[in-house]
Amino acid sequence: MSLHNMRNYICTALLTVILGLFLYYAENNLNPYSVRILNLLAINAILAISLNLIYGFTGMFSLGHAGFMAIGAYVCTLLILTPDQKVAMWLLEDMPDFLLHLSLPFFPAVILGGLVAMLFSLIIAVPSLRLGGDYLGIATLGFAEIIRVVITNIPSITNGSLGIKGIPEYANLWWNYGWLLFTLYFIYALLKSNVGNIFKAIRDDEIAARTMGVNAFFYKVLSFCVGGFFAGVGGALTATLISTIDPKMFNFMLTFNILMIVVAGGLGSITGSILGSVVITIMLEWLRIVEDPFSIGDFEVAGIPGMRMVIFSLMLLLIIIFRRSGLLGMREFSWDAVFNFFNRRKQEEWRRS
Amino acid sequence: MSTLELKEATMQFGGIKAVSDFSMRVPEGCIAGLIGPNGAGKTTVFNMITGFYTPTRGRILFNGLPITGMPPHEICKTGIARTFQNIRLFEGSSALQNVMVGFHVRQKNSWWMPPFYLHLKEEKQIRNQAMDLLVRFGLDRVAHMPAGSLPYGAQRRLEIARALATRPSFLLLDEPAAGMNPQESTELMSLITNVRNDFNLTILLIEHDMKVVMGVCSHIWVLEYGICIAEGDPDHIRNNPKVIEAYLGEEYLKYA
Ligand SMILES: Nc1ncnc2c1ncn2[C@@H]1O[C@H](COP(=O)(O)OP(=O)(O)OP(=O)(O)O)[C@@H](O)[C@H]1O
Ligand SMILES: [Mg+2]
Repeated sequence: MSLHNMRNYICTALLTVILGLFLYYAENNLNPYSVRILNLLAINAILAISLNLIYGFTGMFSLGHAGFMAIGAYVCTLLILTPDQKVAMWLLEDMPDFLLHLSLPFFPAVILGGLVAMLFSLIIAVPSLRLGGDYLGIATLGFAEIIRVVITNIPSITNGSLGIKGIPEYANLWWNYGWLLFTLYFIYALLKSNVGNIFKAIRDDEIAARTMGVNAFFYKVLSFCVGGFFAGVGGALTATLISTIDPKMFNFMLTFNILMIVVAGGLGSITGSILGSVVITIMLEWLRIVEDPFSIGDFEVAGIPGMRMVIFSLMLLLIIIFRRSGLLGMREFSWDAVFNFFNRRKQEEWRRS
Repeated sequence: MSTLELKEATMQFGGIKAVSDFSMRVPEGCIAGLIGPNGAGKTTVFNMITGFYTPTRGRILFNGLPITGMPPHEICKTGIARTFQNIRLFEGSSALQNVMVGFHVRQKNSWWMPPFYLHLKEEKQIRNQAMDLLVRFGLDRVAHMPAGSLPYGAQRRLEIARALATRPSFLLLDEPAAGMNPQESTELMSLITNVRNDFNLTILLIEHDMKVVMGVCSHIWVLEYGICIAEGDPDHIRNNPKVIEAYLGEEYLKYA
């Protein structure tokens, strides 16, 4: 290993340790509301990175993320609930026996949630990835809605429109940030290798990529499935963070929020997705104040429900108009860039003195 | 011995026959030319050879192997590579990444290896080989620049470098000199001949610049309205009345 690589590894390790210390501090000192936002932020980042892989890096306009999240959330939830809880909660119809007694610890349940979501993304990918551009968006959006409708209509398994409440809140800071680090590691490793070059080649010019011997269909399915897996994981973590799920939760607005993060951060930038998650998660929480009644001087303003999303959508519009490529464009964070920046600073100072 | 062989290849789009009953045999190791007026069906011939169109009739053989109807990436594996009339680079990727994508088709690494660090050895080789190719084409200094931001001539050369990365034995060039000034096209001519020798290639090129075609090609086919109107060496083509007519128009002959 070169000295230069060594430096980068050490810096990454240090950053991870600092993140760990911060999480430890946050867990013990911050109020539950702030911790909740930190948790949401990590989950949103997982979801945004996985959508960015599909849309930003491989160029497949997919609007199916909420569907994969729903699958991950439901699979994981069904696996971690105890038989007693299931009997008590399933009011509409009784649960089939084999499901009732199926019980797994949290970690394998999350993985299975991701794997089942991946299986569904495979099933969806094969027919719809032959479509391009906007058609793919419409097809995946349709599939996500179908998944939602099916979940509503199989109450023996999903408890239907009543949803599931009282899910154990396993997804704490450690799990969420652990999964975020794994997502980052896995997808970054793929993207940095020649596989990443191929994804981008398909995005930039699929015909040229195929001429260069790339089995574009295989790699598109691959990217879609890896994205689907992490969307499922994100769904599972969401369920075990907020402890309630129902089919309505996984509607198009959810996909829209993630899409917003990806576009705002920069299509084709992992760093951008993380930055976007931070900015937009915090912004969405902060914007809640516009929905509550407030007063300017003597003037009373009644809170308008839904106002948050109006402002949110306007923001997206502004980003698209004024900063097409998002906050970061396609740039990525790298230690080399950081050190180069400081070296240049130092050189300038030296020259000036 | 012939490498590429077309047998009465026909391509029909609805009412128009873009190529009709076109037969050709390209001898191994030569540089051959495919010429003809605009819309004659030249690019369509390339698209049939590389698998983007399946001929409505006829067969295509490569080294004796039938490749008619095979998907493009499979055809690339058999050793056919091409460039495009309107440059088609991966514009968001660097020049180096463009070439690395070309190497992928001969790569042994699987997609799942990178997260386990199992790809590093071969990936390093690929990176070095890609760099060597860039050096060979005078592109090493722009290796890390986005392909879309390179000057026109560099983009043309990068496209050839990327095609060569797939280790072809047969190279198709669709109007490589398009948009080049006379000096650039002279350089291109020597580049094409050198590349043929260094990489042991057979080359088939489409070109409107007659100086380039007559300068480098040992064998030429002429298409007009999808029909092959002449075939032979440059001297033969130059003096063929049908070709003169196709290129300069009947009017010209009448008043000449
Ligand atoms: N996919 C397609 N569908 C319908 N018609 C097509 C298609 N591809 C090509 N054609 C038609 O086939 C004919 C031959 O086109 P082609 O692109 O092969 O010409 P060319 O010889 O390469 O011309 P140029 O010198 O302008 O590049 C044209 O009339 C074109 O309109
Ligand atoms: Mg053409």
